[in-house]
Amino acid sequence: MTQHRRRAARLLAMSAVVALAATACSQGSASNDDPTEAEGSGDAQTTITYMNFSSNGGNEENLALVVDAFEADNPGITVDVETFPYDDYFTVLQTAVAGGTEADVFELNYENFVTYALNGSLAPLEGVDEAAYKPSLLEAFQVDGTQFGLPESFSNVVLFYNADLFEAAGVEPPTADWTWADERAAAEALTDTAAGTWGDYQPISFHEFYKVLAQNGGEFLSEDRTEATFASPEGIEAAEWLVEKSGTVMPTTADGAGTPDFDTNLFTSGQLAMWHTGIWMFGPLADVDFAWDIAVEPGNTENASAMFSNTAVVSARSANTEAAQAWAEYLTSSEAMVQMRLDTGWELPPVADESLLAPYLEQTPPANRQAVFDSLDAIVLPPAIESQTEMQDIVTEELTEAAAGRKTVEEALTSAQERVTALL
Amino acid sequence: MSTAPAPALGRPITEPGQPRPKRANARRRGLRTLGWALLFLLPSAIPLTAFTLVPMISSAWVSLHDWNLISPMEWVGLENYRELLADPRTRDVFANTATYILGYLPLVYIGGLGLALALNRAMAGIAFLRGAYFLPVVTSWVVVALVWQWLLSPSNGLVNTVLGAIGLPEPGWWTDPAWAMPSIILASVWKDLGFVMVILLAGLQALPQEVLEAARVDGAGAWRRFWHITLPLLSPSTFFVVVISLINGFQVFDQVNVMTGGGPAGASQVVVGQIYDLTFRYGRAGDASALSWLLFALVLVITAIQIRGQRRWVTYA
Repeated sequence: MTQHRRRAARLLAMSAVVALAATACSQGSASNDDPTEAEGSGDAQTTITYMNFSSNGGNEENLALVVDAFEADNPGITVDVETFPYDDYFTVLQTAVAGGTEADVFELNYENFVTYALNGSLAPLEGVDEAAYKPSLLEAFQVDGTQFGLPESFSNVVLFYNADLFEAAGVEPPTADWTWADERAAAEALTDTAAGTWGDYQPISFHEFYKVLAQNGGEFLSEDRTEATFASPEGIEAAEWLVEKSGTVMPTTADGAGTPDFDTNLFTSGQLAMWHTGIWMFGPLADVDFAWDIAVEPGNTENASAMFSNTAVVSARSANTEAAQAWAEYLTSSEAMVQMRLDTGWELPPVADESLLAPYLEQTPPANRQAVFDSLDAIVLPPAIESQTEMQDIVTEELTEAAAGRKTVEEALTSAQERVTALL
Repeated sequence: MSTAPAPALGRPITEPGQPRPKRANARRRGLRTLGWALLFLLPSAIPLTAFTLVPMISSAWVSLHDWNLISPMEWVGLENYRELLADPRTRDVFANTATYILGYLPLVYIGGLGLALALNRAMAGIAFLRGAYFLPVVTSWVVVALVWQWLLSPSNGLVNTVLGAIGLPEPGWWTDPAWAMPSIILASVWKDLGFVMVILLAGLQALPQEVLEAARVDGAGAWRRFWHITLPLLSPSTFFVVVISLINGFQVFDQVNVMTGGGPAGASQVVVGQIYDLTFRYGRAGDASALSWLLFALVLVITAIQIRGQRRWVTYA
């Protein structure tokens, strides 16, 4: 009797272990199954996922407006949105693509688009209403004539300023005719470290450097793209322009500069007079309790503004390509999207019909919205190479060394130039 | 796997001297034991295979290729290893890791030993104190690192505020290349003190009291008893702490990633941080896998040396 009971207990224990082992094993294969299968068999509801970075940091609700409109117009399709901060986004995406778990539709920026299109991760988009898009933006996301991405929006960087601080200090506000010298003079006049007020904020990073280099007439890469050429006299002067702000008219790393939202908080708390940032900040700045406006970014020998364009792409592995493309098209060309972008000021819609943009210009703040379009007259695109992130990290790291005074600007740039050339 | 044999109802009765059936029995019993052993190993063997052995073997394969995770792999043979050994960056990250270990290990051991000695007594609230010192060990590194980043903030952190108030210099902590690693060591020692304390406390409580008693009777003072009796008898626990802390030290990552991200300018970048950056930031999984194997080889050699060396100084009472 006891023997039997013991045997039964052993059998029970054994089957429990085997069951555990079996479930542990089957979990691996379950992830390869079509995630929509379970739902798809019951009713006609299709769920697609959309991964993005551009709505992070204040525009999540604006994206949700477009999602809601899409779901209302397309009963039967649900969009699950996953939002990551820009700093983590490409790490998450790369890992997801490597593991085959990427979203059906995801967002890419111009610098990373080509890599993903060439390695076969993206589904070709056929039957798109091409007339809806601004042609130059549509072409930017083609490879050998095939459309792999739809332009989602475009945006640029302008000079934001706190008009109240300028007025209180009796300094003339920025205009489109300003050069670096004017900006420097104003920044010095407006900096009051005792009161915790700073004159200027411009990140010391790759994304600012390639632009100020162009503002000073320098070239980042040689024409045949075999070597970096930015440690030129123009480059050194441009890097000095950035680096010398730190600790004089701009907070240093030790003060917290470069940490998330530091600059946003400084500006919104009214302690920053001038701020180099993108027009995606219009929405988040709508409710601040001081007057602010924008101007075209000052150049030195020439004008050059940064322009960014993001794209929505469909994963080549998506199980719901049709629904995915429908969402990508809706996100990039629907009236609901145009309306949302114009209402909220979250970047600009990539539409062909520029008359649709008229309401954008009429809104305030900022009063000088025309500067957004004036900036587009002279744009500079970031240099794009295969080892993009590594190049960006190198340039930012060397400039940070110079800003902290541990290297001279010339040493930092020369070292950065050698290291970037080694990547080409 | 067979179930237990039925009671031998119709089986011939065997005499104790008869060898053949007995051997067969023993073999059967041996097989049965092995079967049960394997069964009970299954729950740990499966995750070990799936999450350690298979990834290790695949990483050896990856290390012979160029691979950016999203395009097909490209065979390069030993080229990744050659490049790594020639790259000054590799030397830097191993040197930074060594600095970390040299700073961390003595501090965490001496601190943990001090705590263990202080808390190895019966007094009111002892359980609470031991728990309090152990709490950081079970707290997430991300939380701890963020708190320390804030405490050590150069401009408005608590530590510099106190230092400034009593007229001491205020270092730039994690924003200064010279102080970045000491900041990380400080946070790590604080977090791991409790772990070392628990291991050494267990060791202290297992000490044979009669030996200490005898020493006391012979007139040995507290210091002599600690130095000549307690410490040598504690050596197995010390050995365990040193081996584990050293291996963990070579794998330091979380706190570096959160507190400094390896900066400023790579001053606090460690081996595992570099492996992470190579794979996930720069799409160089082949180089990263090769670096992982270099790290593995180093840890293996150092651990082997320690295990051989223990014969000289570890005393098992």
